[in-house]
Amino acid sequence: MDPTVDNAATWPDAIYVHFRRARIRQVGYVPDAGHSRLIQRCIDDPDIADVVLTTEEEGVGLVAGATLGGQRAALLMQSSGVGNCINMFSLIKNCGFPCLVLVTMRGEFGEFNPAQVPMGSITEESFRLCGFLTYRIENPDDVDEVVGAACDMAFDGNVPIAVLLSQRLIGRKVWSK
Amino acid sequence: MANDAPFKHNSKMMNRLDLTTRLVGKLKNDEAVIGGIGNSNFDLWNAGPRAQNFYMLGSMGLAAPIAFGVALAQPQRRVFALEGDGSLLMQLGCLATIANVAPKNLTIIVWDNAMYQITGSQKTASAGKADFVEIARGAGLAQSAWANDEADFERLIDATLAGDGPWFIAARIDGSTPKGQTPREPVAIKDNFMRGIAIKPA
Repeated sequence: MDPTVDNAATWPDAIYVHFRRARIRQVGYVPDAGHSRLIQRCIDDPDIADVVLTTEEEGVGLVAGATLGGQRAALLMQSSGVGNCINMFSLIKNCGFPCLVLVTMRGEFGEFNPAQVPMGSITEESFRLCGFLTYRIENPDDVDEVVGAACDMAFDGNVPIAVLLSQRLIGRKVWSK
Repeated sequence: MANDAPFKHNSKMMNRLDLTTRLVGKLKNDEAVIGGIGNSNFDLWNAGPRAQNFYMLGSMGLAAPIAFGVALAQPQRRVFALEGDGSLLMQLGCLATIANVAPKNLTIIVWDNAMYQITGSQKTASAGKADFVEIARGAGLAQSAWANDEADFERLIDATLAGDGPWFIAARIDGSTPKGQTPREPVAIKDNFMRGIAIKPA
């Protein structure tokens, strides 16, 4: 793990609790520092198949396959990975698959890396164009309620939904330069 | 112009519909089959509709990742992904992903005619230097092989139905055009598949 990332923040645990409650059995991810605590929770859970992907695109197929096979899945990625997925999201929209994506945002609040800005600044709009609902979280106290609602809408309401974990929430100071 | 470059192996040039029909004919236990975009999917349809087939439309390259998700969700059911060479080249990384998780019930089959057939038969990288079995082995799929001829293809399929995977099978195929196309009804395709493997009530 990146020692410069603040893994003491406990809000990722609230996401994990909802993964358990929603009976999510497959979690695909391209690693991101802001997701590292949640990823470790999933790795440590024998009931969750944690799948490290080579590209976020694969994860869209994984979610579709999990649903076809009767399981629930979630994807973890950073905002740059959303751009990688766009054509693959046609599978979600055309077939009407549920899809839950948790995105750690870059390229916004206090970003130091200009390479993150172009994709980060269009992430939410891209999701909407692809037919996703989006929820944005700025405050750690909102994680539990918003992620719970997102899980319910994704799997009970059968809609694609993205939860954007803002750079302010993740903590802009923690990124190594 | 299929396979006009010197090939890296001595496999016979076969026919996608014939091999797909041979595969489907061996499936007696509601095995799931995920057909990739275009002709892989169309010849899966032409081999005879099955409730346990998922015909992927759009999202080029995702047949193997979809089959992987099904295989994880349904560990007691054998699952096959059928991909074209152009599609697999778009998502080579998924072979490494799958090799590392190593689902015992998953087989990936690539139909290699060395061309983007549906768009005008432009050459793929496998018309030149790329060898799918070498790629799959390098990705960690140790049980990878070219099917040398039709009998060898059937022998390989029998092995996937009897033992522990994951497996990767590459077949050199000709440029025959599918005689019919899958109806483009994605929601019905999804629902039929989920009923076919009893995820949804009939």
